[in-house]
Amino acid sequence: MSFQIDFGNEKSPIVGIDLGTTNSLVAVMELTGPRILSGIVPSVVSVTDAGGVIAGAEAREMLLTRPDRTVYSVKRLMGRGVDDIQEELKLFPFHIVEGSESTIRLKLGDKMFTPPEVSAHILRKLKLDAEAELGVQITQAVITVPAYFNDAQRQATKDAGRIAGLEVLRLVNEPTAAALAYGLDKRKEGIVAVYDFGGGTFDISILRLHDGIFEVLATNGDTHLGGDDIDNLMLRIALEDIASEWGFDISTKSDAVQLLRRAVISAKEQLSFVPGAKIEMEYGGKTYLREITRELFDKLVAPVIDRTLGPCRDCIKDAGVSVGEINEVVMVGGSTRIPMVRGAVEVLFRKRPHTELNPDEVVALGAAVQAGILSGDVEDKLLLDVTPLSLGIETMGGLVSKLIHRNSTIPASATEQFTTAVDGQRNVLIHVVQGERELVKDCRSLARFDLKDIAPMTAGFARIEVRFLIDANGILSVTARDQRSGKEQSVEIKPSYGLTDEQVEAMILESFDKAEEDFSERQLREARVEADSILAATDKAKQNDAYFELPEEERASIEGHQ
Amino acid sequence: MQFYEAFDLEPALSLDADDLKKRFYERSRQWHPDKFSRASMAEQEKALEMTAVLNDAFRTLRDPVARAEYFLKEKGFELSKEAPPELLEEVFELNMALEELREGDDSARPQLIEARNRFVAMRDSIDESLTAAGDRGDLEEVRALLNRRRYIRNLIREVENVLPN
Repeated sequence: MSFQIDFGNEKSPIVGIDLGTTNSLVAVMELTGPRILSGIVPSVVSVTDAGGVIAGAEAREMLLTRPDRTVYSVKRLMGRGVDDIQEELKLFPFHIVEGSESTIRLKLGDKMFTPPEVSAHILRKLKLDAEAELGVQITQAVITVPAYFNDAQRQATKDAGRIAGLEVLRLVNEPTAAALAYGLDKRKEGIVAVYDFGGGTFDISILRLHDGIFEVLATNGDTHLGGDDIDNLMLRIALEDIASEWGFDISTKSDAVQLLRRAVISAKEQLSFVPGAKIEMEYGGKTYLREITRELFDKLVAPVIDRTLGPCRDCIKDAGVSVGEINEVVMVGGSTRIPMVRGAVEVLFRKRPHTELNPDEVVALGAAVQAGILSGDVEDKLLLDVTPLSLGIETMGGLVSKLIHRNSTIPASATEQFTTAVDGQRNVLIHVVQGERELVKDCRSLARFDLKDIAPMTAGFARIEVRFLIDANGILSVTARDQRSGKEQSVEIKPSYGLTDEQVEAMILESFDKAEEDFSERQLREARVEADSILAATDKAKQNDAYFELPEEERASIEGHQ
Repeated sequence: MQFYEAFDLEPALSLDADDLKKRFYERSRQWHPDKFSRASMAEQEKALEMTAVLNDAFRTLRDPVARAEYFLKEKGFELSKEAPPELLEEVFELNMALEELREGDDSARPQLIEARNRFVAMRDSIDESLTAAGDRGDLEEVRALLNRRRYIRNLIREVENVLPN
């Protein structure tokens, strides 16, 4: 018997992946609609003592036993610099390697990982799960990102896909994906707001649904606001409690902190359904127990929920609609299970939000719908999304000159003329930033583009036309043309945060070897499962009367093989 | 004019907003990169280029002010940044009030709120005249109105930066 999976015949489908802060999911579009494949994969990656990398539920168990070799919520680190994550580091047990200013490097065991590499392990796990279930090889995917992700965070997500051996055909914004799943089979028309409050990020998007077109009018959010923040608030209180009750501080013991974190999350989740819950933990022979009421919990989380309301108001204003014109509000993300969140949304939008969709699954389902649009299987739907942040360049005195405004429908472009300031100047450096503020220092640096090999001439004489293009993934590219010669001007890109193309290529090469390992490991596991079932079937068959009618040598042979 | 061409429209200062939107959706369905994800590299690039221009064009043409600015620029009219002379006295007083408030003198606040409301009213009335001048095809008048509007818009922004809501 052969356990080889046949990858030859069927057309390989494009999968939709929700790469979440806490959990990830993969889905596929079928004739009957989008379907979730296998189960939820916790977004946790761990390095075993033997040096192997595992992702998912197994890795989450390692959080308790080997917190020093395990990383969770890595999405919060994507496309960021060390300066950005100082708050995180106070509570997350991450070991950041020295000298990783522009690209964070995490140390797990004796191995080092950039955030895209960690995410790639989660993606690879999803890819393998999907392949096992569908029996075909998966090479193309749509991956969702928070709508408010900037260019570097998007690029990092795309890099993660490439490292995992996936061609990322599209990055789609999570609230927009949710709207796709929501409005799929209903002939919905009108204005819909999607409130997406997940594990680590918050997004609000307002869309107009019209004749199969899902047109995003405006989006807003906070890529550093989610259920994690609520966990951390509760955790801090529990840690203080324990310090005073037990007389010593456990916050430096990462196994104890992870144990407590799990207890806190369990209490938080229960509080969405019951008026009171217990935070309970045993550690080093001691027991910690604290009752927490819904009332106290509400008081605790109110400031976190408040932080989502400002972006909602701004988004309504930018969309150019009034609250009364919004027909429906759709809730997405695990944190929208919290009754107080639902209450706050209902007050702001003056209508009861839709909670009938599973807030954990709707984004992955929408990603699968978008995959269906790309493959041509879904013909009548079209998504028109926007860029969440304005794009500008640095001008004299550290000021920002905006070229593409936030909430512009993408793809979007802008052209700008540049010239030289000094006689014989050969290079012009363009600093591109993203953000809404007037000063460069208050915006997010994206990259420096170096226009090179300009023909030497008198100052101010050069005419270089630079084109900034944001594609349908929300990712920027820059091209330049010397208008005097008509020739393409070479542009060297220096990203401010994240990996260069060469670094990603190197990681892909490395992962090819890994993919072989993964593949043989999977074959081994599947063979084992198959063998177990044959053994069980044989055992069962031996109970049958017919078994004893077999010739003795055949029975002996069966016994021998078992 | 590229932005009008993107919609197969004759360049004109005034246009039918509903018709523009209809053309936008039609062309989006035809050219969006989603429709070309399994096409050749060259076709993908063309789709990206077509939709980028289409989106830029829609953004410009659906907004009467941006449309008028684009139209005039393409026709070779320059817009100036000079203060319209009839506003000079008022701008002088406004700058004094702004300075006082920045230095912490709160008594200037009512004056500024009043000034902001007046400027907003001016802008709204310009927008009406702009539509009328556009319909008449009076490009010189449109240019004068746009200059004035641009200046007033900057004044409103300046006041709003100083006045927290």
